[in-house]
Amino acid sequence: MNNQSEQAEIVRRSLKRRYRKERRFRSYGILAIALALGALIILFADIIGKGHTGFLKTTITLDVEMDSERMYLEDPTNPDEVRMADFVEPLIVSLAKILPDATEDDRDALRGLVNAYSANQLRNELTANPDWMGTTQTITFLANSNVDVYVKHKGDDAYSIKLSEQQQAWVDELQERGVIETRFNDVFFTSGDSRDPARAGVLGAIVGSLLTMFVTLVLSFPIGVAGAIYLEEFAPKNRFTDFIEVNINNLAAVPSIIFGLLGLAVFINLFGMPRSVPFVGGLVLTLMTLPTIIISSRAAIQSVPPSIREAAEGIGASKMQVVLHHVLPLAMPGMLTGSIIGMAQALGETAPLLLIGMVAFIVEVPEGFFDAATVLPVQVFLWAGSPESGFIERASAAIMVLLTFLMSMNALAIWLRKRLERRW
Amino acid sequence: MNTMNPGISAEADARHKSDAVIPVAEEKPEDTVIEEGKTVGKAFADNPKYKLRHVDVSYGDDRAIKNISLDIGRNEVISFIGPSGCGKSTFLRCLNRMNDSIESCRITGQLLLDDEDIYASKKDVVELRARVGMVFQKPNPFPKSIYDNVAYGPKIHGLANRKAELDDIVENSLRKAGLWNEVKDRLDANATGMSGGQQQRLCIARAIAVSPEVILMDEPCSALDPIATARIEELISEMSKSYTIVIVTHSMQQAARVSHRTAYFHLGHLVEVNETNKVFTSPQHDLTESYITGRFG
Repeated sequence: MNNQSEQAEIVRRSLKRRYRKERRFRSYGILAIALALGALIILFADIIGKGHTGFLKTTITLDVEMDSERMYLEDPTNPDEVRMADFVEPLIVSLAKILPDATEDDRDALRGLVNAYSANQLRNELTANPDWMGTTQTITFLANSNVDVYVKHKGDDAYSIKLSEQQQAWVDELQERGVIETRFNDVFFTSGDSRDPARAGVLGAIVGSLLTMFVTLVLSFPIGVAGAIYLEEFAPKNRFTDFIEVNINNLAAVPSIIFGLLGLAVFINLFGMPRSVPFVGGLVLTLMTLPTIIISSRAAIQSVPPSIREAAEGIGASKMQVVLHHVLPLAMPGMLTGSIIGMAQALGETAPLLLIGMVAFIVEVPEGFFDAATVLPVQVFLWAGSPESGFIERASAAIMVLLTFLMSMNALAIWLRKRLERRW
Repeated sequence: MNTMNPGISAEADARHKSDAVIPVAEEKPEDTVIEEGKTVGKAFADNPKYKLRHVDVSYGDDRAIKNISLDIGRNEVISFIGPSGCGKSTFLRCLNRMNDSIESCRITGQLLLDDEDIYASKKDVVELRARVGMVFQKPNPFPKSIYDNVAYGPKIHGLANRKAELDDIVENSLRKAGLWNEVKDRLDANATGMSGGQQQRLCIARAIAVSPEVILMDEPCSALDPIATARIEELISEMSKSYTIVIVTHSMQQAARVSHRTAYFHLGHLVEVNETNKVFTSPQHDLTESYITGRFG
């Protein structure tokens, strides 16, 4: 009996130490999670803090007088001549009218307030409405991107203000009078890239990304799933299949830029496919995504309980029927999840696409798989490297768009898994 | 009910109690030398369903079944008993070639079903399994509706041309499995939501839906409670009118209750086969006696 109570005492004493250990272990875990969450919060705060102004544009609303004399027109009724008219002059005139302290010498300073494209905009509108000639119209123009930066980031040292003091005073005054306003930046979502930050948008990159992803999905999902099924269900176990298996696992770890080089060498140089097009981008990303899809699909197939397989074989289903009727439906959620994660990875991939030329400056929104295009992460890369301060916020805004896509894909993966998951 | 129930006899009980204190001094049954291929009792029958001669099964270098010869009669219920690892499940799985999917498994000898070699190279395993159904240890319904579970076999074998025919097959199979009254109102419900006993009866219904000639059962009741077990045993007795049934079981009471003949396996040998009451009342081999009296297992 004595022995037993001694033992109980030893156990009791050790309990304290065990619990202490357990608490310590738990606190390490909490610390790790807190660190990860903290880093994530800092990242998001930075991106959102920098990027939210990218979703705003600065506009300037002017009463423009279409005076044929001021536009150096001899015959205002001749459309060919109208197209060649001076459209900068009416802008300067209307600005000078609302800024009485501006003199004849300030023409360039005044011109620097409106966007460089404003004259083109005016020409387009006048060509569309010839009867405006000789009248005064209220038209909203994009402000110059220097004005845009000044309006949004007054007093922020991170941004260099490229307006003279006089221009700054004018902008302040016009803002007060409601001539210069900030509003939702529809331009950002409806246009392609531009050298002018105020007119740059992500639509081209979004369409490019969607086209590239479509090619990737259509190629990598069927090939990956078919490969996984063959390796898992039909392939004999021998050295050759072992070799294939090892190499698939190795491929999953190959740096993505290598796939870009491969794409450049094989698809572009050998097969002579065009550069910078979503089709080739999709091919390269397919190569990159395939190992991920094969590995996750094989894991999904392996997780199908053998009892289901046996049940089907036991009533005389052929190999093909076992796979198609039982294994595949049960493995599908896992396969889809793996594929979507792989696709999300591909969506965020930059390096391999740089090598096949999807880094080019492309203004047009691509219309097909063989149109020159760029993709969202490459667009972020391009803007982040641009010297104009207007691109800082746009790069962050593009990151937010990219993250939104990634998060919705992951959410889709979770939803699909929950939806399709069947219990046994 | 079989009166002989050696596992819980007073004598065996007493021996169990004494075993707990004093180690057994008599010779250990493991030491008994078994002569390969020699089976005591009545291993052969006239006009058998299965004619198995000199069957040898090995996994790589491991011989799991050593030179077993046995006949399984028509409409007979035969149970395979024996300690864990004795090869009874392996032997059962040879009867519908379920071992095919194990790559290291090699089978030699002659296995005839109605005088046809089931391992002949031109023999189609799909056809064989349509004739020889199987019920597994753990109930394994497909994660589909109850209806689809039963209808799956007839569908893939093309046994029903119209929906009405399929409905009939499903109803008949469920009736035979004693499940119809419980599930007739929820045929569309997922089978995985049923109780373990119901699931196992569904698996039996699924097996008989393709009208097999033989049904193999691999410890069908080991995952079930006594009431569910009793229902399955009742079912087996009824089914024995129309099917040949081979059942592997760990429960000697079950073997005694349901089977006509009992085969005792030991370390890959078929030690003794005989009419069930003979095996349990007057076993001819020492090993059989040791096993059924609960000295090892």
